[in-house]
Amino acid sequence: MRKKVVSGLLCAAMAASLIGGCSSKSAQNTQSQSGTPEATSKEAAEEKGAGSTEGKVVNIYVWNDEFKTRYEDYYASKLPAGYTVNFITTPSENNAYQNALDEALLNQANAKADDKVDMFLVEADYILKYVNSDSTIDLKDIGITDQDMSKQYNYTKEIAQDGSGAQKGISWQGCPGLYIYRRSIAKAVLGTDDPAEVQKAINDWDSFDKTAEKMKEKGYFMVSGFDDTYRTFSNNVSAPWVDGNKVVIDPNIEKWVEQTKDYTDKGYNQKTILWAAEWAAGQGPEGKVFGYFMPAWGVDFVMAGNSLEKAEADGGKQEVGNGCYGDWAATIGPESYNWGGTWICAANGTDNGDIVADIMRTICCDDATMKKIVEEKNDFVNNKTVMEELAKSDYKSQFLGGQNPLQMYCDAAAKIDMSKISPYDQGLNEELQTAMHDYFNGTVDKDTAMKNFYTAISEKYPDLKIE
Amino acid sequence: MIPFFSTYFIFSFIPLVNTFYNSLFENYRSGLTQIGPNFVGLQNYISIFQSDLLKYLGNTMILWIIGFIPQIIISLILAVWFADFRLRLKGSSFFKTIIYMPNVIMAASFAMLFFALFSDDGPMNNLLINLGILNSPFRFLATVWGTRGLIGLMNFMMWFGNTTILLMAAILGVDSSLFEAASIDGAKSLQIFTKITMPTIKPIFIYVLITSLIGGLQMFDVPQVLTNAKGSPDRTSTTLIMFLNNHLYSKNYGMAGALSVILFVITAALSLVVFFVLTGAGKRRGGK
Amino acid sequence: MGKMMNIKKAVAYVFLSLLAFLCLFFFYCLIINATRSHPEISKGFSFIPGKSFGSNLYNVLHNKNLPVIYGIVNSLLIAGSSAALAVYVSALTAYAIHAYEFKLRNVVYLFIVLIMMIPNQVTTLGFLRLINRMGLMDSFVPLILPSMAAPVVFYFMVSYFESNLPLEIIESARIDGSHEFYTFNTIVIPIVKPALAVQGIFAFVASWNNYFVPSLVLKSNAKKTLPILIAQLRSADFLKFDMGQVYMLITIAIVPVAIIYLCLSKFIIGGVTAGSVKG
Repeated sequence: MRKKVVSGLLCAAMAASLIGGCSSKSAQNTQSQSGTPEATSKEAAEEKGAGSTEGKVVNIYVWNDEFKTRYEDYYASKLPAGYTVNFITTPSENNAYQNALDEALLNQANAKADDKVDMFLVEADYILKYVNSDSTIDLKDIGITDQDMSKQYNYTKEIAQDGSGAQKGISWQGCPGLYIYRRSIAKAVLGTDDPAEVQKAINDWDSFDKTAEKMKEKGYFMVSGFDDTYRTFSNNVSAPWVDGNKVVIDPNIEKWVEQTKDYTDKGYNQKTILWAAEWAAGQGPEGKVFGYFMPAWGVDFVMAGNSLEKAEADGGKQEVGNGCYGDWAATIGPESYNWGGTWICAANGTDNGDIVADIMRTICCDDATMKKIVEEKNDFVNNKTVMEELAKSDYKSQFLGGQNPLQMYCDAAAKIDMSKISPYDQGLNEELQTAMHDYFNGTVDKDTAMKNFYTAISEKYPDLKIE
Repeated sequence: MIPFFSTYFIFSFIPLVNTFYNSLFENYRSGLTQIGPNFVGLQNYISIFQSDLLKYLGNTMILWIIGFIPQIIISLILAVWFADFRLRLKGSSFFKTIIYMPNVIMAASFAMLFFALFSDDGPMNNLLINLGILNSPFRFLATVWGTRGLIGLMNFMMWFGNTTILLMAAILGVDSSLFEAASIDGAKSLQIFTKITMPTIKPIFIYVLITSLIGGLQMFDVPQVLTNAKGSPDRTSTTLIMFLNNHLYSKNYGMAGALSVILFVITAALSLVVFFVLTGAGKRRGGK
Repeated sequence: MGKMMNIKKAVAYVFLSLLAFLCLFFFYCLIINATRSHPEISKGFSFIPGKSFGSNLYNVLHNKNLPVIYGIVNSLLIAGSSAALAVYVSALTAYAIHAYEFKLRNVVYLFIVLIMMIPNQVTTLGFLRLINRMGLMDSFVPLILPSMAAPVVFYFMVSYFESNLPLEIIESARIDGSHEFYTFNTIVIPIVKPALAVQGIFAFVASWNNYFVPSLVLKSNAKKTLPILIAQLRSADFLKFDMGQVYMLITIAIVPVAIIYLCLSKFIIGGVTAGSVKG
């Protein structure tokens, strides 16, 4: 009877089968009591030499360190004595961040003063879920005025307003996107690398298609893969994804499906998926992709690194001559769109409204601070005055071959319309892209892909009605 | 014994009952709004059976079979070799240790590695192209059988070492004089295998099969990580547990509970089979 | 016959070497990736080691939001104590079943074998609600205590006792007036040591690699285990996202287990084999 051993393995299998990648299961975390916050920045308190007094603990829910870095660089030193700021970090993978946040917010009323959520961060894809809930408060109530926000780009404000127009969130950054193309390929195919000339070749989708065909003839790819153009379409839809509780496929989304299928069949793209290794390789010295749709952060932090022949870790520098660094240029492209961005919300029930407001005012509204953020962090800040000023300066991007793209970003930012979002965008966008990949790959026909999309969303959002 | 049962009761039995109970309610969250719990009777079960349950069950079984067949064949061969007194393999304990090793890697990390190795522009494709076997990259993860094959391969890699050692232990349990007698009588290796080895280790063989089947039914993180939680393409690598996981996204305790119960019934049925095979084997042995 | 044997032997060696190569290959890949920087990894795979081993290690250990050292300690603590508990309590239960004749013996035995088959996932929902009500969220207790009831270990031990622990030994101890617990601790345990070691290591590895339940239970940074930290690292934002660090952390997570495995491999293989019944 040596069978027991198998059972040992089985046990291991059971346990092993639960590892990894499945943080979405934290979904089960129903009533996680007052999510014990980790004092990730105890330093803040210690510097002030003060212990945490009741109610003087500011809890900030985040999914990564981005805001924490901004906070530490631009606000921490202003924190009044006696206060402690805690960052509660939950990775966003598989929805874990929203799950943790939801638990904390739903438990807000019962939480001890020191455990209450004071502020939290959200992304554009699911901001409405919180804006339209009672868990966020109108920023006016903590003293953020229209005057404070007057320099911000309109779309960043609109997106964070609830049905009755209350301002429930604020952002320090804008993420307008441009089309970033390879100068050498532009010269080889279009005969010029001048942004204004190239823009003429991709000014609308029809000319974009024609240029794509030319690219193909010369052995290049217009875009890298399936998802590259998605946001330019999904940001310009005519109606939100969900009408009441009915899912509606917008004509613009249909256009994305048609275009991408067409491009795939004609070989205008490399069939990559966003963020995949092949996708990134297209931005490298050996890349054959003409261009990528990218916001400012994507240019500085993604493309610049990927373009190098000799990686920075190996002693390479981000400089012209290393790989295809500097062989790029920016142009507006066929449509303006936004990609990314983080909004800050004040939680209902916060006992530190004044601190929350002060942090918001400093990082999201103060000209001097925001200018420093652009200069030091290359962020595109949500401040028209600052950005316009820099656009007229002699700012030059080495990566873009000495071009100053800021004016284009500013123009794009002004054109973005984010009024057509729904609280379900994140799940719907993701699932549609996933389902359609099979169609583009030719594994299934379009009807099956659509059916898979509907199945997936009915699992994710049981309250949505399909057709 | 008391601690064993009290712990079991508290940490497994109560939750089990709770899960059954939950499966009778409509209970999920939409955004920050809690819907339910409303008593809906067997509605959750009906919706589950109306969904693609059978497809996912089929996927799970296919994925398991792809991994299990090579696993059992190779494990059997290895076990016979290791146990064969005439073969006297050198360094067999080295090999026994090595084939066990992949089991130490977390399945999720393992899947991540495979993802990198077999990506469109990954080293496997480069290798195949350089060797002239392929002209253009084979897009493993974009085809149904590519994905399934990889999942099967991973399961094989992770578990064949264990299976080998189990089967080997079973074969070593066979009285070696039987083998000796047979080989003196001039029996061929194959004959020894089919006439002596297989019948003796049959109960263990069946046990390996069924426990592996149960493990297969619970397959989750390999396909989850390899396909980025999508079960793509065309949801053909979505397993039952991944399906369960999808329902947990919306905190849909009703549907997830009902699915858990169905899973429980399937596994319980199988475990009964195991038990009867085992007791049946015991009786036979006792009868000898 | 002799020639046949040699050919067979050669085939066996080639085949085994191939399999061993495959098995080691994955370790090799992991370690290679741990020596490469993020841009290198994102550009594609390579079989040649990179030069970023030091910097990856440094980054992982100095990552402010990633208490790796705590993670290792936590993982060791949880995996170690749950393995020890699982083995001891389950072996004790198995001993009770083995050494005593009582009415419900077969029923209990059947029951335990049955619960061995219930998938973990089935009960997780209720399990979480329960420990939440008991106020045990963010504590190690719900991760360690339940492992006490390990039907798999139990099942293995019962069979092992049947083959390797003659009742006469226990009888003679009883006649000598030995207390039952004393008998178990001083006489039984030494006899079944190899089996305990095997099961202990299985339980340890299972707990060490467990992500699912701990990720739902543990919340504070200082209490997280390695698999959770790996997941956290993988979902870092694009500015910090560093596959080099991810692979490094995976390597760190594998090393202790691999070392334990290698040291005890003879024991494991020997123990499994010893657990088999003769005839």
